[in-house]
Amino acid sequence: MQSRLQAQEEAQIRVQEKKQGSTFQLEKWMPYLFISPAIVLIVGFLFYPLGNVFYYSLQNYDASQPYYNGFAGLDNFVRIFTEDPQFFASLGISLKWVVSQVSLQLVIGMGVALLLNQSFRFRAFIRAAAFTPWAISGVLTSVMWSLMYNEHIGVINDILKKLGIIDSNQAWLANLDTVFASVVIAELWRGIPFFAITLLAGLQSIPEELYEASKVDGASRWRIFFHITLPHLKNTIILTTLLRTVWEFNNIDLIFNLTGGGPAHETTTLTMYIAEQAIHSNNFGYGSALTVVSFGLLLVFAIAYLRISRFQKEEG
Amino acid sequence: MSTFQRNMDRLFVFYLPMAITVIFTLFPFYWTINTAFKPEGDIVKSPLEYVPSSFTLENFRVAWEGVGFSTYFQNSLLIAFCTVFFVLIFATLVGYALSRYRFKGKGAFMLLLLCTQFVPGAMLIIPLFLIFKSLGLISNPLSLIITYTTFQLPFNSILMNGFISNVPRELEEAAMVDGCNRLQVIFKVILPVLMPGIVATGVFTFIHVWNEFLFAFMLTNQEERFTLPIGLSYMMGEFNVNYGALAAGSVIALIPAILMFAYAQKHLVNGLGGAVKG
Repeated sequence: MQSRLQAQEEAQIRVQEKKQGSTFQLEKWMPYLFISPAIVLIVGFLFYPLGNVFYYSLQNYDASQPYYNGFAGLDNFVRIFTEDPQFFASLGISLKWVVSQVSLQLVIGMGVALLLNQSFRFRAFIRAAAFTPWAISGVLTSVMWSLMYNEHIGVINDILKKLGIIDSNQAWLANLDTVFASVVIAELWRGIPFFAITLLAGLQSIPEELYEASKVDGASRWRIFFHITLPHLKNTIILTTLLRTVWEFNNIDLIFNLTGGGPAHETTTLTMYIAEQAIHSNNFGYGSALTVVSFGLLLVFAIAYLRISRFQKEEG
Repeated sequence: MSTFQRNMDRLFVFYLPMAITVIFTLFPFYWTINTAFKPEGDIVKSPLEYVPSSFTLENFRVAWEGVGFSTYFQNSLLIAFCTVFFVLIFATLVGYALSRYRFKGKGAFMLLLLCTQFVPGAMLIIPLFLIFKSLGLISNPLSLIITYTTFQLPFNSILMNGFISNVPRELEEAAMVDGCNRLQVIFKVILPVLMPGIVATGVFTFIHVWNEFLFAFMLTNQEERFTLPIGLSYMMGEFNVNYGALAAGSVIALIPAILMFAYAQKHLVNGLGGAVKG
């Protein structure tokens, strides 16, 4: 009898141990269970396609000429660097695009952030209004600005004529001399709020005492800006300009819809050129090779930029 | 400084730049709305009417029924809501794992998440098109939901990790003592506390998805599957553009994005700004 009880007890303990053991096991696997959907998606639909880009770049892969498809070695890359003037032209336009966008967005965004950081009436409302273009898509921006740039019904022609700046209606987006600047302005409209938002967040983290001390010393507005504000925003500026550079380099919505890269390839950035290869020419091999090259350029740029600017994460 | 000088100073460093900022920002919205409500004759009339003399809803009717914006709107809404739903669930799970567990490979996983931020979407249109083609999902909303969820997940997971780390552990421990399991803890204890962060994350995901153009353009070739950006893009490229209907279509696409933005903009400076600051 006693031994039976003992055996029962022992069995119970064993069951409990087993139970504890299994919950322990489950706990151990829990985090992997939690991150598994993310891993499946990221590996399957981000890293796998990324690997594919490298693979296709070594192939002849043209959906419109399937009989030539097959391994091509480095042919695509040779063609990019030796036989494709459009590649270098597009690279130059990308450079022009990125430099003008990032520098203007930064400078104007800084001005807007400084303005919005002051205290004034209806501040919350005006801030929200000034940030709104951030939430507007490239396509919508294109539609809105194409209505305003329009040669016949555009309001910009009308305003400039009233101000006496132009005599007759201009086709801003079809004219080789004006198209680039026109697209830049439309993109600035959408891009400035990003800098205004991030720089405003940076401005708000600067302790008020620093300003008060320098005001007592009678420092000028510019002195305060260059000696207190700017050094404090250094890391924010480095990081935002880097993110924006990558973003504007890859930006395509606006150019694609506003000009389609034209007229005469005047606004065909490298990314636009890649999209052209993929969407219009269906030349997936060559498009992938261009992608690999531009990915490499971006990577080199990002590393060099962080090195040269001496970005320090711990300070931020 | 005299009062006059001070006033002039205030004018040039504050009022004038402020006026320019506000006008530059808001005028394109005003002009689009203005065009959307004008009869076609007034849109092409010269001189232009800055304050419309007559008002019509005809452009909206044409865009909504004739061009098909009602379909585009539904497609966009479906894809945006599904993506937000999956992103919130998966990002919360990842955020929870990162903030509450120590596990082997955690560092590598974090690195993986960060790396994704440097993979430009524009570079993946070719392979993604071929993958979804082989899966038979071209022009299927699933292909966009999967793509958007994947691309939104890393950033939002990092964000969620931050939010969850701010929730005191004691809350969960108390619930565990009361007999809740992990999933119950997450859904019954953590989620309610996290709500403000979740709402902000959801809204920003919604806006990104609502606005996305390139993937949708590449992965959709049937008109009845178009999202709003694709519909607008095609309409813009037409030979004989109906400007009134185009403007009306823009307003239709604008409204949800603006509403969402207005709702969540309070979190924007802290959320987006904080994320960039690291």
